[in-house]
Amino acid sequence: MTENKRIDEPTGTQTVGHEWDGIEELDTPMPRWWVFTFWGTIVWALAYIVLYPAIPMVNSATQGVWNWSSRGQFEQELQAEAVRRAPITSALAAIPVEQLAGDERLYQAAVEGGRAAFKVHCVQCHGSGAAGSAGYPNLNDDDWLWGGDMPAIHYTLTNGIRQPDHDETRFSQMPAFAGVLSNGEIDAVTSYVRSLSGLEKASPKSATGAALFSNNCASCHGVDGKGLREFGAPNLTDGIWLYGGDKASLTTTVNNARYGVMPRWNNRLDPVTIKMLAAYVHSLGGGEANPAPAATPVPDPAKVASNVKP
Amino acid sequence: MSSPEHLTGPNQPLYEARKGVYPKAVDGFFRRLKWGIMAVTLAIYYITPWLRWDRGPYAPDQAVLIDLANRRFYMFQIEIWPHEFYYVVGLLVMAGIGLFLVTSAVGRAWCGYACPQTVWTDLFQHVERYIDGDRNAQTRLETAPWGPQKIAKRLGKWSVWLFIAFWTGGAWIMYFADAPTLVRDFWSGEAAPVAYATVGILTATTFIFGGFMREQVCIYMCPWPRIQTAMMDEKSLLVTYKEWRGEKRGSLKAAQADPAAFGDCIDCNQCVAVCPTGIDIREGPQIGCITCALCIDACDNVMAQIGKPRGLIDYCTLDDAEVEKAGGTSHPVLKTLFRPRTLIYFGIWVSIGLAMLFTLGQRTRLDLAVQPDRNPVYVRLSDGSIRNNYTLKIRNMETRPRIVDVYVEGLPGAVVWTPAGKREFATQHIHFAVAPDAVHKVQLFVAAPAEGPEHSEFTISTIARTGDESGDSDAVVFERPENEEEEEE
Repeated sequence: MTENKRIDEPTGTQTVGHEWDGIEELDTPMPRWWVFTFWGTIVWALAYIVLYPAIPMVNSATQGVWNWSSRGQFEQELQAEAVRRAPITSALAAIPVEQLAGDERLYQAAVEGGRAAFKVHCVQCHGSGAAGSAGYPNLNDDDWLWGGDMPAIHYTLTNGIRQPDHDETRFSQMPAFAGVLSNGEIDAVTSYVRSLSGLEKASPKSATGAALFSNNCASCHGVDGKGLREFGAPNLTDGIWLYGGDKASLTTTVNNARYGVMPRWNNRLDPVTIKMLAAYVHSLGGGEANPAPAATPVPDPAKVASNVKP
Repeated sequence: MSSPEHLTGPNQPLYEARKGVYPKAVDGFFRRLKWGIMAVTLAIYYITPWLRWDRGPYAPDQAVLIDLANRRFYMFQIEIWPHEFYYVVGLLVMAGIGLFLVTSAVGRAWCGYACPQTVWTDLFQHVERYIDGDRNAQTRLETAPWGPQKIAKRLGKWSVWLFIAFWTGGAWIMYFADAPTLVRDFWSGEAAPVAYATVGILTATTFIFGGFMREQVCIYMCPWPRIQTAMMDEKSLLVTYKEWRGEKRGSLKAAQADPAAFGDCIDCNQCVAVCPTGIDIREGPQIGCITCALCIDACDNVMAQIGKPRGLIDYCTLDDAEVEKAGGTSHPVLKTLFRPRTLIYFGIWVSIGLAMLFTLGQRTRLDLAVQPDRNPVYVRLSDGSIRNNYTLKIRNMETRPRIVDVYVEGLPGAVVWTPAGKREFATQHIHFAVAPDAVHKVQLFVAAPAEGPEHSEFTISTIARTGDESGDSDAVVFERPENEEEEEE
């Protein structure tokens, strides 16, 4: 085809020699600066090869004289982020957990930090939305076995539940009543317990159960069945059942007792992370005010959001 | 493009060096029009960031400000938030349709008069003439050996170019931050790195494109000439050499000797000499012609000197060229401009503009967005009632702090509170103090009795306590446990 090259009359430019159905292509010369940019990209590439990791070798690529790596850059960014957060971290380390809710900015920072830590350490049992499941408490609700104020949540997180290697751990023990009470008696007790929250209507059976309850259960769950947080004994009169409130689940619970566990985090996480987790769990909607002796934070008049009292 | 003689051989080079273009100074109607447009466009570019516009204490007082850091776009009394970016899209669509309109009516007028590449090249060429002299002096200097005078002139010219280029970039960044503050920060070394980088890049591109690349940008780099070629038709105005009047060309002396054998063109080459892209318009319409019309001025001046009517080179449509060639009279310019195609473009352009003005007038400056928190979908509370969580965003798009009331409506027995509040005090109403020109994001807890449908739709509405009835509402769903059987629980 090259022999078909000719000079195109109107433009004075040589053709490349192709021809399809009378259509030919002009071999217009490139502008010279275009070639300069081409050489420029080659120079750029050579500089890049010298400065950055570029040529694949047997085990790894060449290092480049700047010794740059994406992992190294990531480490640097992590360190820079740690430096950036240092004021918050040290403030969180210094503030007593009772006062954290009173410092709104610090509390919000702690909640956000806890939100991230929760997704790493807690979601395995409590779920990504902290809604729990049978045997694993829902942290969004307003029902707490061991207390829902900041110090109580913080204590639970720090010391865990039923950790045999740790003296400070939360520990509750309900006896397994299989063999202690007969099947009929357990049937009566569960009917009584269910009647406390209106799941069953009062009946002669539940009246029998009431007597059994005051003899066997009231010492921990209270005479009125409202539980005792000192013992981790749940409130039996509310609408929340950790292991299920249906007849079968309750029968299993009374027969065998339940021994839920939670790790203690004081040997796994730093104190600041534990504080942040406490703040996050406290913020989920069921958080309670600090117990009476602790100073209640004075409401900030400049606070952006506030409730209207009826 | 015209064809350089050295390319006609069989062994033409692969690459072609840029041929120097040394356009001659010219005066005339279109040259003055270009001066005027240059003055106006440069003035708009350099002065706009310095205009002030009082928006009160909570917003910047710069009339035109693209505040990328805070995601706000201010243009006089209009403030655009990121979610209103469609106004910017509308402006871009209008700019596109506007170019269609201009191109179909008057061809590449954008290229010839208003394009920054043209305006800055024009400015640079003026500097060049001021320092190096006009066309002939420039070519002499170009071929002259390097000596003290040439070095001084080159350094002087490049310094002025660099100065202009620097201020081109310097003015650009003023649109993105408070101009007086930025100028001070810039010179004290406290401005953001991106400001210095932007000025550096724009200085370099202006210096190179305006000083050295010039018509190469228009011919090789810019896609617009190619697109425009497709948008022009036989009724678009083109800079046309009226060859039926000009040919056969011949020198003035020859034409005077034998007037019948020659046309009006005396082959004086003035049209080529003044052309900023170095083309010969007498070869017909071509991609290198940016329709700056300077050749019309040059030719008109020559025609006046030799006593011939003006307009041997003139704006002319292809249709009119045919008519004139056949000896008829061309259409008046107004009739060329008002035809269905331009009117349709204009109609679209105007309706987009009017639609945007209308929606700008209608838009509310208080906006509510409620998003249900889906994990968990609902929470059972110890008294048996059900709580749903929502993330509420209130956009206060006015530059004053406002107190807004939020109501929960249409959900029997519902109460609403926030993480900072308490359920014991909760009612169906809550209020927030929202900072000026800000989004207030807060989690809402809504609790309602467990008895009710699995999905109940209700309304969360907001209204500002400013007496102007500005408010917004959002329909949301309250979720309850499904198929709950009393006996099972």
